Amino acid sequence: MDLRDLATELVARACAAGARAADVLVGESEGLSVTVRLDEVEKLKRARQRRVGLRVFVGNSTAIVSTADLSSGALEALPRDACALARATVADPHAGLPDPADLAREQPDLDLYDAAIEQLEPPAAFARAREAEAAALASAAEITNSEGAEFGGDGGQVAYASSLGFAGAYSGTHWGLSVSPVAARDGAMQRDSWYTAHRKLAALDPPAEVGREAARRALRRLGARRVPTGEYPVVFDPQAAASLLRHLAGAIAGPALYRRASFLLGRLGEAIASPHVTVEDDPLRVAGPASRPFDAEGVASRRLVVVDGGVLQSYLLDAYSARRLGLRPTGHAARGFGDAPGASPTNFFLVPGPHSPEAIIASIGAGLYVTELIGFGVNGVTGDYSRGAAGLWIERGELAYPVEEITIAGNLLAMFRGIEMVGNDLVFRNAIAAPTVKVERMTVAGA
Amino acid sequence: MDVADPGRFFLERFGLSDRALEQVLGTALDRRANHAECYFEFRMNQTASLEDGVVKKVTRNVSQGVGVRVLAGTRTGYAYSDEVSLERLEIAARTARFIAEEREGAPPLPVPRVPRAPHDLYALTEPPIETPLPDQVALLAHLDAVARATDPAINNVLAGLGIEHRVVLVVNSGGVFVGDVRPLVHLTVTCIAERGQNRQQGTYGGGGRLPFSALTDGRAERFAREAARQALTNLDAIAAPAGTMTVVLGPGWPGILLHEAIGHGLEGDFNRKGVSAFTDRIGTRVASELCTVIDDGTIPLRRGSLNVDDEGTPTSRTVLIEKGILRGYLQDRLNASLMGMPLTGNGRRESFAHIPMPRMTNTFMLAGQDAPEDILRSVDRGLYAVSFGGGQVDITSGKFVFSASEAYLIEGGKVGRPVKGATLIGNGPDVLRRISRVGADLQLDEGIGTCGKDGQSVPVGVGLPTVRIDGLTVGGTQA
Repeated sequence: MDLRDLATELVARACAAGARAADVLVGESEGLSVTVRLDEVEKLKRARQRRVGLRVFVGNSTAIVSTADLSSGALEALPRDACALARATVADPHAGLPDPADLAREQPDLDLYDAAIEQLEPPAAFARAREAEAAALASAAEITNSEGAEFGGDGGQVAYASSLGFAGAYSGTHWGLSVSPVAARDGAMQRDSWYTAHRKLAALDPPAEVGREAARRALRRLGARRVPTGEYPVVFDPQAAASLLRHLAGAIAGPALYRRASFLLGRLGEAIASPHVTVEDDPLRVAGPASRPFDAEGVASRRLVVVDGGVLQSYLLDAYSARRLGLRPTGHAARGFGDAPGASPTNFFLVPGPHSPEAIIASIGAGLYVTELIGFGVNGVTGDYSRGAAGLWIERGELAYPVEEITIAGNLLAMFRGIEMVGNDLVFRNAIAAPTVKVERMTVAGA
Repeated sequence: MDVADPGRFFLERFGLSDRALEQVLGTALDRRANHAECYFEFRMNQTASLEDGVVKKVTRNVSQGVGVRVLAGTRTGYAYSDEVSLERLEIAARTARFIAEEREGAPPLPVPRVPRAPHDLYALTEPPIETPLPDQVALLAHLDAVARATDPAINNVLAGLGIEHRVVLVVNSGGVFVGDVRPLVHLTVTCIAERGQNRQQGTYGGGGRLPFSALTDGRAERFAREAARQALTNLDAIAAPAGTMTVVLGPGWPGILLHEAIGHGLEGDFNRKGVSAFTDRIGTRVASELCTVIDDGTIPLRRGSLNVDDEGTPTSRTVLIEKGILRGYLQDRLNASLMGMPLTGNGRRESFAHIPMPRMTNTFMLAGQDAPEDILRSVDRGLYAVSFGGGQVDITSGKFVFSASEAYLIEGGKVGRPVKGATLIGNGPDVLRRISRVGADLQLDEGIGTCGKDGQSVPVGVGLPTVRIDGLTVGGTQA
């Protein structure tokens, strides 16, 4: 059965079962991923999943049900179960679907699907993984071991329908290749990894290039030391800088705001970052990793300037949190099949600045260049920030030696406002992407 | 639902027979493979969420499916589907065996039955999934009132109750035919406290493989009061110190230290591949002699416990570190056989859509001799951390972090002012050697932990007595 028809049919059944309004998300996907380790086949995994999620509003009471059981009996029972569950909850005057005026009128083709997925077979997949890992292993004698190279692709379709008469569907593919080599010197090991990911197979970086970059990253960590505790400027490489954008996205997501659980509450129109910072979200980018023609409630996707020259211009809102805040939805509803929508960014990026990464490093007498952050030490309510870090120490404007077992700490609002330089090296490697960023001052804790 | 017999439950649900399973395993092994396995899973998960003083949202999700696995040497082939039929199983078996080399056809393998699992750790007469929804809603509404009553500064309460009912069946070519019915309850309360411009959060919760009534005997109210207390405490928090200092960890949940610092590093897969900072260290000293660390999947009713692991192996109690000496690894079938070591019952997976890996169950340190007050009194200046958010480890370099969500300065042997959350960072093979005092007050955590590895989440437990660590880096802002 066509997924869009199935979604529309379930919406109708939910309304017949007593729902005032309802919406349905249906998805199916198939994928293959393989792992090669030390040139040997290690793993092959083939996936096939289908899922349907139904949300009902009985009066103003809400319930969400989902199932992977698409037998006719299970789909028969689903609307009734959902309505019965909803009747056990308390009515919420803000509950409901979006205002019809906000729904997508057009469903642009964003070129998200790559038919090459239909021809993906294990031998070719293993060959790509093998080539990437071999390049890493051949990079240097100090690359002594490997956690392997993984290559995979998946493809599927999502359909959404609601009792507002909206029905839409789109197909998409994802491809990815990653390599994790281990380097060793004097009995100490370091691991790092590198990856390439895209909607289109042909747009992936060449496997050998990914392998060599992974090896370079592992090798440059060898001999890492600690540094004395103190306050220093901190440069975030593009991967680490993207993590700062993830914290920003979390703090401007509707649910965190109406729950008063964000340090950016009430700061719309305020300078929350330095004038060098402009952040955009673009769900309509052709073949973008998080692109989609409409959001998880059928609201139109559009490009949005979130932070403009440091000033917070917009939150990321689904219909419910928008209503709670007295605002319009921004087209950022996102949901799993079995949960109510929240708000998430799509292709969310820091607009590049004028500086080369080398110039940014050269501007620092003594400081930290961060390449990896670990742990969960970010408090979204207060913005307090404290994470484990690894990277390279900067001395007299140059990368001097690797460092590890240190933390960096500060407060996100102060960090955003303290962004002194933004690099010109933005690459859309992931849905959330940033160029190199320099933060004026943070506390580095070490020896 | 009655699933006293998981074998019959799945065969009837999917219209399969013993004969059909034998045929599928035969297909999977129709090449030069060591082992074939089918893992059936049915999971119902229900949540109820409270905010603004009322339960406004409930969800109920059903997932089901089968994963077929073939092992050949170091190779794993895996195929899964959420549509279960003989045809789908045959396709999955042919896909999974791709990794094995060709050979002539083999006859189907007999599948002998094992009557029951060796443990029976959570046989509940009232499975929590059968709790009437109005009872759940009433409990959450009550917790809102309890939390708000602690102080007028508490101005938002979020509470979530999750109840899971999971039925699994493992059938393999080694003759295992074993099922498990796994209840799981989880309650979390988050409070936001606000005073002027100062806004803080406190979170507390717990659960286990428990009946719903285990929450309503006062435990849930304690969670609500603790969440409120933590939020209020954080209103008074000052900047955390930065640098290396003496750290005292409180009992219970701070056992996340063990999970990150050594637990992951002792999982069989990393050690077989030689990529763990603990590789080839069995029999050597990795901790002070005060430290004995155990992983035990057999503690009744605990969140991290299992009757059998997700490969059908009964769980066990494994000594990881005995008086400071590294004794053992945690194993799944693949890595135990490749390393020539015994199965420990730690082969776990998030769901039928995932390949099993060696994972922890309940990981804790045995109690020592010291009174916790004496341990605090022994510290002139340091940090006392009693509650944590998450942690993470780099297996290969051994560096680990865990982030305190409630901590205090220690000044002159006394617990002083609360400090803001800070990440603590250390080196796994080194940190337990710095443990100089171990308290007599071992506690297991409340049942809130979820461990992530390679994209797979599984419920786990941790435990710790009060310990003193002589030198750990505290990542505050006060240099």
